[in-house]
Amino acid sequence: MALWIVFALMTAAAIGAVVWPLARKPRGVAAGNEVVVYKDQLQEIERDRAAGLIGAAEGEAARLEVSRRLLAAADMQSAQASAPASPPQVRWHRRAAALGVLIVLSVLPIGLYLALGSPNIPGQPAYARANLPPGHESIAALIGQVEERLARNPNDGAGWEVIAPVYMQLGRFDDAVMARRKALALNGETAARDADLGEALVAAANGVVTDEAKRSFQNAVGRDPQNAKARFFLGLADEQDGNRDAAAAKWRAMLKDAPADAPWLGLVRTSLARVTGQPPADAGPTADQMAAVQNMPEAQRIAMIRGMVEKLADRLHADGNDVEGWLRLVRAYAVLGDSDKAKAAAAAAKRALASHPDEIKRIDDLVKGLGLEG
Amino acid sequence: MIPELGHYALMLALGIALIQSSMPIIGARTRDPLLMSIATPAALAHFAFVAIAFAALAECYVFSDFSVLNVFENSNSQMPLIYRLTSVWGNHEGSMMLWVSILALFGALVALFGNNLPATLKANALGVQAWIAAAFELFILTTSNPFLRIPNAPFEGRDLNPILQDPGLAFHPPMLYLGYVGFSITFSFAIAALLEGRIDAAWARWVRPWVLGAWMCLTLGIAGGSYWAYYELGWGGFWFWDPVENASLMPWLAGTALLHSALVMEKREALKVWTILLAILAFSLSLIGTFLVRSGVLTSVHAFAVDPRRGVFILAILVIFIGGALSLYAWRAPLLKQGGLFAPISREGALVFNNLFLVCACATVVVGTLYPLALQALNGDKISVGPPFFNATFGPLFIPLMIAMPFGPLMGWKRGDLLGAAQRLLVAALLAAVAVATSFAISHGGPVLAPFGIGVAVFVMAGAVTDIVERTMVLRLPLHATLRRARGLPRSAWGTAFAHFGIGATLFGIVAVTAWGSERIAEVKPRQSLEIAGYQVTFDGVFNRAGPNYHDVVGHFTVRRSGQIIGVMEPSRRTFPDREMATTEAALMSRGVSQLYLSLGDATKDGSVPVRLFFKPDVLMIWLGALLMFCGGALSLSDRRLRVGAPRPARAKVKPALQPAE
Repeated sequence: MALWIVFALMTAAAIGAVVWPLARKPRGVAAGNEVVVYKDQLQEIERDRAAGLIGAAEGEAARLEVSRRLLAAADMQSAQASAPASPPQVRWHRRAAALGVLIVLSVLPIGLYLALGSPNIPGQPAYARANLPPGHESIAALIGQVEERLARNPNDGAGWEVIAPVYMQLGRFDDAVMARRKALALNGETAARDADLGEALVAAANGVVTDEAKRSFQNAVGRDPQNAKARFFLGLADEQDGNRDAAAAKWRAMLKDAPADAPWLGLVRTSLARVTGQPPADAGPTADQMAAVQNMPEAQRIAMIRGMVEKLADRLHADGNDVEGWLRLVRAYAVLGDSDKAKAAAAAAKRALASHPDEIKRIDDLVKGLGLEG
Repeated sequence: MIPELGHYALMLALGIALIQSSMPIIGARTRDPLLMSIATPAALAHFAFVAIAFAALAECYVFSDFSVLNVFENSNSQMPLIYRLTSVWGNHEGSMMLWVSILALFGALVALFGNNLPATLKANALGVQAWIAAAFELFILTTSNPFLRIPNAPFEGRDLNPILQDPGLAFHPPMLYLGYVGFSITFSFAIAALLEGRIDAAWARWVRPWVLGAWMCLTLGIAGGSYWAYYELGWGGFWFWDPVENASLMPWLAGTALLHSALVMEKREALKVWTILLAILAFSLSLIGTFLVRSGVLTSVHAFAVDPRRGVFILAILVIFIGGALSLYAWRAPLLKQGGLFAPISREGALVFNNLFLVCACATVVVGTLYPLALQALNGDKISVGPPFFNATFGPLFIPLMIAMPFGPLMGWKRGDLLGAAQRLLVAALLAAVAVATSFAISHGGPVLAPFGIGVAVFVMAGAVTDIVERTMVLRLPLHATLRRARGLPRSAWGTAFAHFGIGATLFGIVAVTAWGSERIAEVKPRQSLEIAGYQVTFDGVFNRAGPNYHDVVGHFTVRRSGQIIGVMEPSRRTFPDREMATTEAALMSRGVSQLYLSLGDATKDGSVPVRLFFKPDVLMIWLGALLMFCGGALSLSDRRLRVGAPRPARAKVKPALQPAE
């Protein structure tokens, strides 16, 4: 509520500031005129002549030029002074202008804000996050403590299990892979741990399901054929290999025996829609449930993948010698459905690798393979 | 709440800009003082709301509010305060906010201090200024919105691009933008004059300080960027003819031409039509620079993130403003009255010569920058236009300009005495000849033309001194009389001398460092030494050092000259875990105006490191020269500052409101 009151005050201030001159009596505005300038110029010519910057004859010629302009300007000024705007016209203008200001400043910003603003998200600056009650220390400090404990006692399987998702959240994917591996080795293999390791590997590879990740997911499915995460990523692996039908089949199977409230329904539906080219099938949960699950994981996933891809792009633009990196980037853009960027990345890769014809060929092959030509 | 306030303030600013862009111009056409008078409060209110928006964004950065997407993507709570602040404009969205903030600031300054302008000119100029502001605010809100939010704020931000984590970021973009956007004022005034179909006599007097200010900031911004690239990128170059650099050089060249032609116009009302064209071109080139850098046409550190929609939007802004302005120019320029007459050999003539060569030089840079891009867009061919092209075209255009430069200030208005000027420059020419001979004698190798380059540089510097010597009559009058004359000399004359001297100094540095710089690339083991230009640089070993959000692998080197230790150099490789990126932190050691430059590669397993060691003779002259140019501009501006105020009609006769430069 406070937000809207402040908005209202700001709008009022803006309208007031702009309408204010309209509310006054029109009066002669302080303004310069040409006559003054020409008189100055005449004085300057004298000054230049005294300083020897202009010859006597030339000075005289310049003086004549300026004098002519001075006379013309004086004529024009008196002509203007005798023709002021008529009062009724002024009054009409004033009302129209005030109305225009009122409409533009009250409708346009609020309209834009309703379309683009996020009035319900409070600001969350670091000091607000740090001012938690005693016992709630900052996340960075907590991570530091856990890391320190793990450094002293690297066989603490539970510790690795705790820190791994935090690394994922922070985008430290290489560390996450390491933590997942340790957890797997120390706490014993389960379907969930295999799938989590696979997920971290995918994240570390900028969204590409590598062979290693695929093996992890296959292990997971071997232990628990119902493991949703592993099944989803195996479908993604098929999609990235260009085998859309297989991907669609895997995901359809997931949807068929899914519980009605599974949190991943939306993600699987949109992925299925992407490979089949059809809008997500409806049926199943209520509209509310749909909206809740669909927005949440998909948006997060997309944001995460986009973040990873941009990071890779940043790195490659700074140091373009990594052909594997370029291949990953082009593939990642293609998978995200952004063929323009994929093409741009391929072009940038070819520029960066200009002196390595073999590697350019690999880029070209990938571009052909993804059907990005033309 | 703060980010939302900023967001809304920006939207209000857009609304005000739309009003400011229409009503005053209608008012100027119908000669309605009421509508025209809206311009002043609107420009001030516009600035206030843009400032609120910018301050809100800065607050989010400084206090690491990661619920703002833009802050999350480009900042990190572990960074030092200075980088948290500078990362506001270390990314695309924030840098556009900076652009608009400066634009709004300049609009407000025109509104505040423009009381001595004719009312219609002021209304039109502020209106045009608001068109530009509205276009860029729309651009920000629709394609580059820095106020987008994330519902659940992440714990930590993704960090600023490590290359940008440098004090240079605090300085280079704001200065450059002050320059770019400063030319928007001259553009607005040019368009205003065309809309009215006549140029007021006050036009050049009022526009020239803006040109001067914009030019100063641009000079310093370019020099700062060049020094930053020199020490940060690790290969010791100061100028690469990279399209991004050219993007800032083009408006600088056009702006320099404008600075000189506006002088003629201010003084003699000649070259009106040409000056208007230059004013349009200078800002158009600034816009093209913004487009090249921001659209992602070029991939470089400046492109931040690439989004085709942004490119299309900026291209549209470009086409509308440049195309519109040039069409208006073609239609209206013939209506403008012609100004005073002058002989070819005169101060005016010299300035025309300057303009001709500067504009040609600018054109070569435009061609060299845009042609490869156009070719690539048309048939996909990738051609590289590098230093050879620019050295072969830009150089020959600049040399006559340099040689002619000292003559200009020595010639009279309307009709000058070339022979007399040449006689007075005899000493400068002799000094130049001595410099050529000396550099031939002491240089070993290097290009044959280099000593002549030094000669030209010395001629320019000596010529700048000659101007002051002539005017103060140093050797002909007793000292106290000379000092009195020096004090009586307009500051703009000192400004000219400083700026021209600065150009000479920069040229000197460029020639010296390109011709006689030396380089060693080697892999060194501990206690191994490298020898360069009489210095012995010994590698002692590497050690680790931790920073707030990075860690360094530092190489420790001892520098000796004929056996005496003169210092220590510590170049490093800096790794930023949050971005998984590394940067090279070169070590610099200044010896007079020369520098030793050492950069480090990745250490190998056996303890040896690859290093690049440079000796850069007189390299600091390049940037000292730019600093002198800036000081020259400042002197000239300070001459005028007191006089650019509201005139009081009663006293106008006694004390002129505006005075031109010499």
